[in-house]
Amino acid sequence: MSRIKEKFNQLKSKKETALISYIMTGYPSEKATLSAVRGLIQGGADIIELGFPFSDPIADGPTIQMASTESLNNGTKIDNFFSIVKKIRKESNIPLVLMTYTNILYNQTYLKFISRAKQAGIDGLILPDMSIEESNEYVKAAKKIGMDTIFLVSPNTEKDRLEQIIKSTSGFLYMVAVFGTTGVQTKIHKYTLDALKNTKIAAKGKIPVGVGFGVSTEKDVQKYVSSGADAVIVGSANIKIIENTPANKIQTRIAIFTKKLKNKTR
Amino acid sequence: MKIGIPKNGRFGEFGGKYIPETLAPAIEELEKNYLKIRNDKNFKKELGRLLIDYAGRPTPIYFARNLTKTIGGAKIYLKREDLLHGGAHKINNTLGQALLAKRMGKKRIIAETGAGQHGVATAMACASLGLKAEIYMGYVDTLRQKQNVFRMELLGAKVHAVKSGSMTLKDAINEAMRDWITNVDSTYYLLGSAVGPHPYPLMVRDFQKVIGIEIKKQMKKIPSVVIACVGGGSNAIGTFYPLIDTNAKIIGIEAGGKGVKTKLHSAPLTAGKKGVLHGMMTYLMQDEDGQISETHSISAGLDYPGVGPEHAYLKDKNRVEYKAVTDDEAINAFLILTRTEGIIPALESAHAIAHAIKISKKMKKTESIVVTLSGRGDKDIDIVKEYLAKNVKNKRKV
Repeated sequence: MSRIKEKFNQLKSKKETALISYIMTGYPSEKATLSAVRGLIQGGADIIELGFPFSDPIADGPTIQMASTESLNNGTKIDNFFSIVKKIRKESNIPLVLMTYTNILYNQTYLKFISRAKQAGIDGLILPDMSIEESNEYVKAAKKIGMDTIFLVSPNTEKDRLEQIIKSTSGFLYMVAVFGTTGVQTKIHKYTLDALKNTKIAAKGKIPVGVGFGVSTEKDVQKYVSSGADAVIVGSANIKIIENTPANKIQTRIAIFTKKLKNKTR
Repeated sequence: MKIGIPKNGRFGEFGGKYIPETLAPAIEELEKNYLKIRNDKNFKKELGRLLIDYAGRPTPIYFARNLTKTIGGAKIYLKREDLLHGGAHKINNTLGQALLAKRMGKKRIIAETGAGQHGVATAMACASLGLKAEIYMGYVDTLRQKQNVFRMELLGAKVHAVKSGSMTLKDAINEAMRDWITNVDSTYYLLGSAVGPHPYPLMVRDFQKVIGIEIKKQMKKIPSVVIACVGGGSNAIGTFYPLIDTNAKIIGIEAGGKGVKTKLHSAPLTAGKKGVLHGMMTYLMQDEDGQISETHSISAGLDYPGVGPEHAYLKDKNRVEYKAVTDDEAINAFLILTRTEGIIPALESAHAIAHAIKISKKMKKTESIVVTLSGRGDKDIDIVKEYLAKNVKNKRKV
């Protein structure tokens, strides 16, 4: 069983919602990434989503764009990323998910990239520009290697398509909460809650549904938890903390913030 | 060789739709509407009328007598897209898509622009059809193409200067896509080149192929060689597509910048690698990790790390030959054409002219070359002036 599946099973028996926390690798430095990861684990995050920067992140809002650009300017390469993952794996067994863009995988071929990721200790992949139509080769490679493929769905995804996406999804299904890019602060819309309900119905309890994009406060977490989400995904809020915190305090501050959010999932 | 409508949105292995899920319904709606309207007689009639009365079609084929005489060799003809309303071929596509948007009930139009020609053409089409236009343009490009920024504003469009990434065309596309993701219900994304997710490359080719169709009609016989410049590749695919099944030799010219052996160029077909960007699989300029490289060209309109998927396909099928022309060669061609014919070409088009000059010498007098002069060069005179001033200085140093 994959680490992700195992984690959701554990949480289910405890009647908890998963807290999935995102950070950008190499922002502002490799050391800071490791501190933040330690803070996330300490604060009780259930799954860590590591961003690998891409030069053209079309699904990301200003916060993660900025972190991507800085990480790339700091010289973050795929080799650094895998070595960071290996370091994390020495300290923890927490499920690790990689979020990046299709070209990063395509460049090395899906099969080669995914096997390297698996070897380093990555459990699942999120590619916001990988549409279901183009995903055959990618899903085939991931299945072969035993990597979870986490697809995104949107509030405007229609039922047939939703079912098709669920078929190719493993680990969990990532429901985008808003029409927009990552990190844009908004109130919680009725259309999001309706979409969550429909997505849960389509998932038939076979695959957990996580909600992300614009989820940043304890209140947001509480609202989605009470609306039936199996996981909440927090990203830009972590990046903002890291942006405004001196290196030696990142672990503590991330831990405190994560703990507050995690408390709302119990 | 027959291409037609790409199967599953792909030209061979190239193209597709690599898009965020939020855009999937919008792309589907677009595809459905476009495929329906593509053969709609009333739509064709309305667009045909606009192309004649508003845009100024058909454009002439001009025999460049003086240029031909100066160079010697094959007869050089120019397809004068520079004479169109707005000064470039872009209006062919913006009128088509704006009309489609209107039929789809979309009131807000967004577009990206590099040199500003597509932005201007979008602003014009929107003004004439009563639509609201917002244009994304890389900050660097807003500085080097100031005049076009003001033209767009005069035409009633709002211009957003994009300050992310390399602040050029690719970043303008990123930002336009983010806007579309956010306002997907109300907004029509009017892409200006033969790039992006399916059905854009097909749609842009369809609206631009009028160039090649006219060339075929206007030339007494099929030209020996046809040349067009390729950034994303809209004027080129419009020129080439109707000539694919003839025996004309077809050449696409990419921006070689400071040379394809340096990193400072925009020639993905000549020196790139397959990859995925802006919704399509195509040749891209990228590093060993798959990060998209910053590109360089003296012409803002060619300064793009990718290329339309149909061009990638035509390259792999060996139907079209793609070559690169450097900044220096383009400037030289710009000056030669200006002085011999009294025609100031866009720097983009000057790349195509440069290659015609290069090969015509080696050709017979009975042979002919048609070059698509995709736009006029008024927008570029400051860049040329600066370039010449610098080069005079450099020469003095030596």
